[in-house]
Amino acid sequence: MSEPLLRADELSRRFGGLVAVDRVSLSLSRGEIHALIGPNGAGKSTLANLLSGELKPTSGSIRLGESDVTGWSADRIARQGVARTFQHTNVFPAFSAFENCRLAAQARATGLPGMLRDADRHEEWNSVAHAALAATGLASRETILAGVLAHGERRGLEIAMALATAPSVLLLDEPLAGMGPEDVAGVIALLRGLRERHAMLLIEHDMDAVFALADRLTVMANGRVLASGAPEAIRANAEVQHAYLGTLDDVLP
Amino acid sequence: MRARVVFVLIAVVLLAAFPMVAEKFYLQLVTKIMILSIFALSLDVLVGYTGLVSLGHAAYFGVAAYSLALLAPSDNAANVWVTLPLALAASAAAALVIGALVVRTAGVYFIMVTLAFAQMVYYFFHDTRVAGGSDGIYVNERPQTFIPGLDLANDAHFYYAVLMLLVLVFALLAAMLRSPFGRALQGIKANERRMRALGYATLRYKLAAFVIAGTLAGLAGYLTAAKEGYVNPEMLAWHQSGTVLMMLILGGMGTLIGAVLGTFTYVLVQEWFSGITRHWQLLMGAFIIAVVLVLPQGLAGLARARARRSPAPRPPGDANE
Repeated sequence: MSEPLLRADELSRRFGGLVAVDRVSLSLSRGEIHALIGPNGAGKSTLANLLSGELKPTSGSIRLGESDVTGWSADRIARQGVARTFQHTNVFPAFSAFENCRLAAQARATGLPGMLRDADRHEEWNSVAHAALAATGLASRETILAGVLAHGERRGLEIAMALATAPSVLLLDEPLAGMGPEDVAGVIALLRGLRERHAMLLIEHDMDAVFALADRLTVMANGRVLASGAPEAIRANAEVQHAYLGTLDDVLP
Repeated sequence: MRARVVFVLIAVVLLAAFPMVAEKFYLQLVTKIMILSIFALSLDVLVGYTGLVSLGHAAYFGVAAYSLALLAPSDNAANVWVTLPLALAASAAAALVIGALVVRTAGVYFIMVTLAFAQMVYYFFHDTRVAGGSDGIYVNERPQTFIPGLDLANDAHFYYAVLMLLVLVFALLAAMLRSPFGRALQGIKANERRMRALGYATLRYKLAAFVIAGTLAGLAGYLTAAKEGYVNPEMLAWHQSGTVLMMLILGGMGTLIGAVLGTFTYVLVQEWFSGITRHWQLLMGAFIIAVVLVLPQGLAGLARARARRSPAPRPPGDANE
């Protein structure tokens, strides 16, 4: 296994008296899908917000490659190669699917942004955007306004936008939420293809998808890491069975 | 798109032909409207394209106007090539300093803080003797470019200079809004959090927009001081900020044509109403409310409202509706 690209050590985040994330350590490596599961309110999205810089940790540290990025702003962390998708679809509804991805590709430009040249004439961003849309099966939907896309397509657009920023680390917050079975199969295949060149954190409730994709699994409950390890080990872990998987099996048919 | 270009070209041709038929009063009136159009366009960069509602935009308008008044010699004409860059730099510097503080706020706080800073600038000129206090200060002669054949003291020459600047500002902004920078501003207006997650340092973009808007407001302020030959603190009072915001709402925020259309409509309707009654503000208020109710997107929304009535299919849930 290669050196971790992203590594969180003893990360905590308090909201007043509530400890949403409590001394969580985890690492993401290139070529590996690290799945994060846990019941609602376990602190998974808060952890994603800490790793992406949208929230500052109360304590603990985050390393990205060689740099200590603890306390960095979200945009600076994003420019260092960390892309994320949101649990609640977060696209630009009034822009076309293409413009959503073109804007994402443009975010990687260094130096001063052009002030007078038409943004659509920057071929390098156009081709990145086209490629990201093609990878997520949206090539035929480029001109459609994002707000008009079907739900599954908008979830796909979230991923396409993340890809268009050419990231090395992908933080995917429930990418399959609300998707139909066919779309789910497509996204699983897509993520499998992305594994080789990215370090990935996959927060997901769909256990079939999680066990189909994950190389490593971390289970969170009440802000803490309950267990972490290979998927087979987690599946056999009695504590996890009891705290999480068991209850789900009780609820789901 | 093509219809818009044709509309703009026809408007420019009509404006260019206007001095051949117009009386002096109307020539000066349209000159004033074109200057205020530059002012409204500058505010549109903030309000319409970046989503920053400033209620203190008159400060940058007034700073450049005062700069000309303070720089102009009392007994002959100021040099445009010296005083205009200095006046614009003064407005840009004010926008940079104030902007660096205000772009950290959002929503109603942004409105309040821009207003507060503008009032500080207002009271600086109103309560000190730096530039005539509440009485204001005269610009005795219109600035000159010293280009042979161009005499800005001549109202027709000045009219054409202003028209040329309006066309230039319009064209520059149209290009800027299609550029990577302009697209980023529109992304920030739509969803700033998402832009940050993509890697945009949104504060820097907002500050750049604030300085560009302030500088262009300064151009309008400079031209106003040159045209009127007189500057007073009312030019940077919150009334002035509110008026230009109303012009923008009337015309339609987020479209360049709307900013110009709103300015023309506002000033012409104001002329008409103030000929009817001294209490023209009452009529103006009713007029603006009526327009906003019927055309939520302002006058620029007229073309779109007509397109909607046509049978052409439109995607459901179009966010522009």
